[in-house]
Amino acid sequence: MSATLPTPGAYTRTAVSLHWLIAGLIGVALLMGWIMTNLGVTPLKLKMYNWHKWVGITVLALAVVRVLWRLTHRPPALLPMPAWQRLAAHALHLGLYALLLALPLSGWVYSNASGYPIVYLRLLPLPNLVDRDKALAGTWHAVHETLGWLLVAALLLHALAALKHHFLDRDDTLRRMLRWRSPGAA
Amino acid sequence: MFKSFMLAGAALGIMAVALAADSALDPAQSTMVATFKQENVPVDAPFRKFSGRINYDAANAAAASASIDVETGSFDIGDAAYNAEVRKPAWFDSGKFPLASFRSTAIKPLSATRFAATGTLTIKGKVLTITVPIDVVPAAGAAAGSTFNGTLTLSRQAYGIGDPQWNDVLDDQVSVRFHLVAHP
Repeated sequence: MSATLPTPGAYTRTAVSLHWLIAGLIGVALLMGWIMTNLGVTPLKLKMYNWHKWVGITVLALAVVRVLWRLTHRPPALLPMPAWQRLAAHALHLGLYALLLALPLSGWVYSNASGYPIVYLRLLPLPNLVDRDKALAGTWHAVHETLGWLLVAALLLHALAALKHHFLDRDDTLRRMLRWRSPGAA
Repeated sequence: MFKSFMLAGAALGIMAVALAADSALDPAQSTMVATFKQENVPVDAPFRKFSGRINYDAANAAAASASIDVETGSFDIGDAAYNAEVRKPAWFDSGKFPLASFRSTAIKPLSATRFAATGTLTIKGKVLTITVPIDVVPAAGAAAGSTFNGTLTLSRQAYGIGDPQWNDVLDDQVSVRFHLVAHP
């Protein structure tokens, strides 16, 4: 029984899986978002917009699961560090969770306001959050793009902080998010 | 007494429609919206400019006729880059073929408020015969317009609209929903 409980200082496999799965999908969505907006009018552009929306909706669904998991499972405590770093880490994580939800949602609203419903994977029509409205679409375009760049900045900080802990502080911060099997688990 | 009053009113109404038989489309009240599907996503795009005449008499619907011209360059997807694309030669070729037009050839009444309109639909110089069911909402008075509603489904490829490289992204079938209000 005790082997299935997370060891103190370890993340659950669910938390580790969600972290890296969402990280990978965000990378794909950001890259496609950047490429597709720079493409001329071609069939590939249309396809990429749809793929981008599908990946974004997937991130949104996984982010909801992740927030619920986080609220019901206490993560391992932060490793010893100065108070300001502790505060910064909490603030950044809170910001990242907020962006994981807000960025896909803003894209969904932007798409609907532009007159494009979202049909997930070509199969599942999602409800329209707003009616078509050109002025509204312009506003949400700006919101979506700004949140996108904010996420890029937050992810850079997040990754730099992880590397700082790994290479300068030489602590377990990065390693424990890479560890699949909890230490002591069977 | 009341009944005969109503009948007289109805007769007057029919006379008004008969008098107002040949009517011009009211651009402010009429709409024409195409719905195309890209990656299974339905997208509505209106034609902003069209004009025409409808000659309709409820008492003699079979003698009705319609003539409608749509400016292909007024097709509005909602984005300047896409709007510019659909005006190109591979699509509507709006420079060379500014108008898509419908000319009725036969009207078949289906009920008191419904008829099937057969006619030629010319797009991009290609002439095809189509039949479309139309619902009529008769004019409420002499000054009011009659309303004609219907949806027609057509094939892009039959009219040579669209570069074939788009075919796996964009459905061939496009529906056009119209709500036409014609005034005397």
